[in-house]
Amino acid sequence: MAKVAIATRQPAHAGKSLGGHGVSLKVLEPASRMSLRARPAAVAALSKAIGVTLPEKPKSSAVKAGRTVLWLGPDEWLVIDEAGGDPIGDCASVKGLHSAVDVSHRNVGIAVIGPNAADTINAGCPQDLSLAAFPVGAASRTVLGKVEMVLLRTGEDAFRLECWRSFSDYVWGFLSEAARDG
Amino acid sequence: MLLIHCPYCEEERPELEFRNAGEAHIARSTNIAAESDEDFEKFFFIRSNPKGVIFERWRHIHGCARFFNAARDTITDRFLLTYKAGEPKPDLEKLKADGGPAAWANRPPDQLNEKPKAKRSTKGEA
Repeated sequence: MAKVAIATRQPAHAGKSLGGHGVSLKVLEPASRMSLRARPAAVAALSKAIGVTLPEKPKSSAVKAGRTVLWLGPDEWLVIDEAGGDPIGDCASVKGLHSAVDVSHRNVGIAVIGPNAADTINAGCPQDLSLAAFPVGAASRTVLGKVEMVLLRTGEDAFRLECWRSFSDYVWGFLSEAARDG
Repeated sequence: MLLIHCPYCEEERPELEFRNAGEAHIARSTNIAAESDEDFEKFFFIRSNPKGVIFERWRHIHGCARFFNAARDTITDRFLLTYKAGEPKPDLEKLKADGGPAAWANRPPDQLNEKPKAKRSTKGEA
């Protein structure tokens, strides 16, 4: 009988965490992620299907029942579902023209929490992360060192950082160094 | 680092998030096959490369990923104005006359930060 090879998925850096000076890093559990692109005409129908109103203000996000929608561009959103839902399936019934792509395993999420969280991220991110410029709920695609990332402020001293899986070694190393310096 | 105003994100963002995308307002012919070689060369290769104000395309590649247009001074690197793609070319004379700061990075240091309370003493410094 032929041998059956069964691949088991290995999330990058699963369960890793690190405590630094006034900041802690934690690799987050795998989540469903969707890259959503749509023109204004389809936004209302998509919001209804997803169950979260798609934010239309730059640098903003919306969260409801474990589902976070981040504004990335005028017609582009990143949907993160941590409640085990299926955002792609929810969008399937929407008639309006849109593009919904599953990017669940493209990204690795890292939580950066603590009074020095903003300083740790600012070690490689040129954006102003003060509460006035980047309030709780603010979300933006930006850079960390030499890679691109998506940053979401989940609390006054808590961030969720999303980077591409292949960049996660670099990002984890960079943040660990930055946390040690803090 | 320059702070560039992204017309889609509606705020100043660090220059690292942006990428230059060449000269703006270069219209492709609607009938490219009928173009003469000289006209095609002009359209395809020849750029104005001025010493002074240039209209350029920029892309907020590590942000909203949108292309937009900017009027930039090639001597001072000062951004006079940024505007959404598809919007008409602004009047150059009016831009030059404006003179107000287009972005935070173009403001003089004393306007960027609060002035120090007291003038620091220089006594005792070598």
